[in-house]
Amino acid sequence: MNSQQVPKAPRVMKESKNKIRVEFERTPLKERLKSKFLSMRFLKNVVWVIFRLVLLIGISYVILFPFFAKISGSFMSREDFVDVTVKLIPKYPTLDTYKAIISQNKYFEALLNTLTLSVLCGLIQTFICCLIGYGLAKFKFKGNKLIFFLVIFTMVVPHRTLQLSMFMKFRYFDILGIFNLLGGGVFEGLNVIPFTSLNLNNSYWPLALLSLGGLAFKNGLYIFMMRQFFHGVPDELEESAYIDGSGTFRTFIQIILPLSVPMMITIFLFAFSWQWTDNFYTTIFFTKASKVMMPNIIQIPRTLDTAYAAQNLYESAIRNTCGLLILAPLLLVYVFMQRYLIGGIERSGIVG
Amino acid sequence: MNSEAKLTNVSAPKKRKRRASLDARKARAGWFFVLPFVLGFVVIYLPIIIDSIKYSFNKIKIGQGGGYTLEFVGWDNYQEALFVDPNFVQTLASGIQQLIFDIPAIVIFSLFMAVLLNQKMVGRAAFRAIFFIPVIISTGIIDKIDQANTMVDYMTDTGIEDGSGQNTTNEILSAVDIERLFDNMKVGTELVDYVVQMVNNIYNIINRSGVQMLIYLAGLQSISPAIYESCEIDGATAWETFWKITFPMISPMILVNSIYTVIDSFTSQSNKVMTYIATVYDQAGGNVLSSAMAWVYFLIVIVIIGIVAAVLSAYVFYQKRD
Repeated sequence: MNSQQVPKAPRVMKESKNKIRVEFERTPLKERLKSKFLSMRFLKNVVWVIFRLVLLIGISYVILFPFFAKISGSFMSREDFVDVTVKLIPKYPTLDTYKAIISQNKYFEALLNTLTLSVLCGLIQTFICCLIGYGLAKFKFKGNKLIFFLVIFTMVVPHRTLQLSMFMKFRYFDILGIFNLLGGGVFEGLNVIPFTSLNLNNSYWPLALLSLGGLAFKNGLYIFMMRQFFHGVPDELEESAYIDGSGTFRTFIQIILPLSVPMMITIFLFAFSWQWTDNFYTTIFFTKASKVMMPNIIQIPRTLDTAYAAQNLYESAIRNTCGLLILAPLLLVYVFMQRYLIGGIERSGIVG
Repeated sequence: MNSEAKLTNVSAPKKRKRRASLDARKARAGWFFVLPFVLGFVVIYLPIIIDSIKYSFNKIKIGQGGGYTLEFVGWDNYQEALFVDPNFVQTLASGIQQLIFDIPAIVIFSLFMAVLLNQKMVGRAAFRAIFFIPVIISTGIIDKIDQANTMVDYMTDTGIEDGSGQNTTNEILSAVDIERLFDNMKVGTELVDYVVQMVNNIYNIINRSGVQMLIYLAGLQSISPAIYESCEIDGATAWETFWKITFPMISPMILVNSIYTVIDSFTSQSNKVMTYIATVYDQAGGNVLSSAMAWVYFLIVIVIIGIVAAVLSAYVFYQKRD
């Protein structure tokens, strides 16, 4: 590159009718390598790549280490926690913790219940948020801005603020006082119980109803994401469908929905997994006696005698094992779906 | 001529009417799409909100056979929350202070990580997958377990101890090290403390910056590569490109993320104030008191969101679109 001699201009020679040959002086290999690898730019690049790799690996370690700790802790027996020389690698590995939790804390029952609830809520929320997001993004009507503001508002109000009234609402469920007006009664045995409201707690109804209204956990975020996504979809697409004589709803079902599948997968993944690990709504709406949900299985199984030297540590390890059992199905889903999570968001064009 | 005028005269109102009806139809369709939310809001959410405000002014007694009675007590609950309860105001103050420290850390960290994860490199997909694990799992139940996780603390700690599970010094950095480093640089101790706090809190910060990273990544992807190319041709360094191109282009995302972070961390169940409100809720007769506390908290959150939005939106750069 910086050679002193000016290289000769390339000579073009005609070899045959349709072929030419170009002769030019190539820079020697040594020189080329030198200019490539000894430049400041390359050096900077190498330093940056190494720095970046170290940083990313370090942070990945910070994220993953608690997992390793929890996993190894879940295989440790009671003796391991007392032994100060044992850390991370159990000396007396055992499966007792898992066995006890699965058999005594009704793990599979909780798994089934939570799976039903999460799939139900996930599907409803995905569809409803898609609907609302589409309505907010593509139609101009009076009150559009107000409704968007209300969506954001539902996101801002802390759930705790509504804890009591939410419980009350579904404990004494009544749509705008209609049941109360109807009066009526329900037979239970021989007695007539005055019936003024429904008790929806301990069923899937409260969360299903909240999902149907787009009011459940973080639905404001989903609606916002969907709205931004539909903003990015060109209007011409629908206009051409309208011109072809398709109605609004049919256009939505046949044109828009297939288009937004990646985004919907993202939303479903969020809705599903946040519902799965949720312990706020599930503990309000479900009591342990009626339906075992995931938060209920976090307890110390009876057969595990924790009253031992390192009781604190051991009980913590058992709770963490419960956490791992709760997470296991979710992680399985994540491994297969994470491509969509990132891909969907990237294609969404969240940028307004 | 005459007939033509007549024609337009006749057709004009007809056309206008048709247009209006199309708009009206579209508006109706729009209402149809947002109907679930409107219905849900009016039938479920609004009563819940109103009830919650109502409860915060009442004492509640649950009767037998499915009924409850309310007794109006005026501002008593609020008075109790703010003046009688010994811990609430203190928790509120320290909790909000903590959050105000955390929010810039989360916003900056997630921007930095998003820029890193947006670059082409070996194993990018794997790193991304790892970085977004916290989005999925570190909420709700797991968050609750992690709040007092003796075992993980014990495992993290490299020293040998008595096995009581008591957490000893478990910090990545100590303030003293950093102070030595910054000794000659004439920066205030506040900044030093802040950096130290940030590094030691890194797990917490990573856990809470997943969604923000996703939003930033989406923003970064939407910046046209042509702009970067022209920058490179003009000889701009990576540093300059970041501050002159990436940063302004991503500034709307910074606004969105700041507000999202404020909302998310203020409403997260693991923050101090929320935990305190939850414990009050579980106390006997504390449920109305906790409603009152939550409303006080909500007002403060709204004010903070307003301030953040007002300050940041003054600096946001919007690319003109045509």
